[in-house]
Amino acid sequence: MTILVPVKRVVDPYAKVRPLGDGSGIDTTGVKFEINPFDEIAVEEAVRLREKNPAIQIVVVSIGGAECEEQLRKALAMGADKAILIETSHVYDSLGIAKELEAVVASVQPSVVLMGKQATDDDCNQAGQMLAARLDWPQACFASKVELGAEKATVSREADLGVETVEMPLPCVITTDLRLNEPRFVALPGIIKARSKPLERIAPKTTSAPKTRTVKMESPSARSAGRKVASVEELVAELKNRGALST
Amino acid sequence: MSKIVGVAFSPSDVAGIQSFAAALGVPFDVIQIVGSPVLDAGAGTVFAAQLSDLSPADGIASGVHQAASGYSHIVAVSSMASKDVLARLAGLLDCAMVTDVIAAQSTTVFQRPVVAGTIIQTVEVLAEPVVLTFRPAGFPKQAPAGQSAVAPFSVPASKVTITQAAHKTGGRPDLTQASVVVSGGRPLKDAASFESIIGGLADALGGAAGATRAAVDSGIAANELQVGQTGKIVAPDLYIAAGISGSTQHMAGIKDSKLIVAINKDPDAPIFEVADLGLVADLYEAIPAIRALLGK
Ligand SMILES: Cc1cc2nc3c(=O)[nH]c(=O)nc-3n(C[C@H](O)[C@H](O)[C@H](O)COP(=O)(O)OP(=O)(O)OC[C@H]3O[C@@H](n4cnc5c(N)ncnc54)[C@H](O)[C@@H]3O)c2cc1C
Ligand SMILES: Nc1ncnc2c1ncn2[C@@H]1O[C@H](COP(=O)(O)O)[C@@H](O)[C@H]1O
Repeated sequence: MTILVPVKRVVDPYAKVRPLGDGSGIDTTGVKFEINPFDEIAVEEAVRLREKNPAIQIVVVSIGGAECEEQLRKALAMGADKAILIETSHVYDSLGIAKELEAVVASVQPSVVLMGKQATDDDCNQAGQMLAARLDWPQACFASKVELGAEKATVSREADLGVETVEMPLPCVITTDLRLNEPRFVALPGIIKARSKPLERIAPKTTSAPKTRTVKMESPSARSAGRKVASVEELVAELKNRGALST
Repeated sequence: MSKIVGVAFSPSDVAGIQSFAAALGVPFDVIQIVGSPVLDAGAGTVFAAQLSDLSPADGIASGVHQAASGYSHIVAVSSMASKDVLARLAGLLDCAMVTDVIAAQSTTVFQRPVVAGTIIQTVEVLAEPVVLTFRPAGFPKQAPAGQSAVAPFSVPASKVTITQAAHKTGGRPDLTQASVVVSGGRPLKDAASFESIIGGLADALGGAAGATRAAVDSGIAANELQVGQTGKIVAPDLYIAAGISGSTQHMAGIKDSKLIVAINKDPDAPIFEVADLGLVADLYEAIPAIRALLGK
């Protein structure tokens, strides 16, 4: 059984980023790049599923420039068996990513695509569901627990009202939420060993133009800083003044 | 000609769809999945499935897909359910999707937060139809309007079986709807103190309780209470943050609140840079004192 895990290279989620002066994009000078945190959780989950079932093979795939090798090597070091880099400078929206992943699914033939619920740079939360739609596979998004049988997956997922448990036949798409697991720290020997694991570079299979265009990136209007009150009494009086305690 | 169809996952979404359609100046229909049809929001027709609970995303997405021809915009209020279903729908329609719209400049140009709300992206949709989710806080509420026609809507079968449904716990208002939200962070010691201190103040103010990821991760608060970039987005009249540092990811979920109050014992906590009213205090002393002053 193969699990396919797409991983995106994103700006460090803890870094403070700003728009470029001309608004054409995000200024990433001097900023570190990481595996999208949700994708790192997906890699970790795949590795844990393989610990329970050694017959599982884990393939990771990233779409982007040559520099994505860094994130793929990290995923290999975490325990993935094989990496694919779809090397391109093309600009994709999530639909374009889903189409590219669809082509990878056709060649890798995974039983499960396990991926992040959202990329922390574009915050789209789309590609997994779009891929599932295009493949006509069932989906379980926002997973907080995954069990994999020979023919079905059982997933606890975070819904608006709380956690719900679902079952679905394989093949399927599962997207991860933050509470699924805490990714392992990769020690140096793992990273060295990962250098000998296979990494295949291929050209993109699809050419579709994105259906959206970024017009501008800008800083949000800052909330004007308020003021400190000196005591609980002053706070409650101020809240009453502003009509904030209507109940 | 533009025409909107809004997918309502709960009855309260219908008013949000009305506001969004009004902002675009475009007529709209509604597909309402759960509950009895809401007919006073000015929709042309409300197609109502009248389910008592949400069914899995694949079935709903196929149903909407079958009904979507003739619409230029298929929209929904941002929620976990709408992201689950509408992104699948965009995959079926092979069309663009815009997540978490906060403002519309025209029927094709929208603004949305990216990178945990630290940047606002203006995005243009190059082809119709477009699928999008929006945050209702950005779109002024409209008065009740004329009676809508009502028609049935059937949700096709799903490949997914819900073996254990999620149920709303407790009697507090929904986080995303509440006009007051009281949230707590890491310093709450355990679930019992979260419930009595944060939950207690929320109840005293008739509001909802929320939490940071740090509080949820350490088991102090339930998952569905997480507010922020990857949790719920709230926009109450009053947001009280107690023992919360003010991380970018948490702020991403509360920026649209009218009045933000921070209670933190560290005078340099970043939350004070955005709070309208800040109180440097120990929450274990301040919150009981507030309740005493309110007499609740
Ligand atoms: C990809 C990603 C997504 C994330 N998504 C979210 C999200 O959606 N929501 C979210 O909240 N976080 C999210 N986070 C986590 C976020 O980065 C922070 O770690 C988290 O918000 C911190 O929570 P906190 O403020 O409770 O804890 P801390 O940062 O530890 O702050 C605790 C605060 O409490 C104060 N304090 C301590 N004791 C007291 C006391 N007795 N009385 C008063 N004040 C006291 C301290 O001074 C401190 O300021 C995400 C992180 C990542 C990487
Ligand atoms: N360039 C990419 N390469 C590989 N996977 C990607 C890429 N972009 C998005 N994904 C996957 O799609 C998920 C959702 O992304 P998004 O729809 O952009 O929020 C991510 O968590 C990744 O698993």
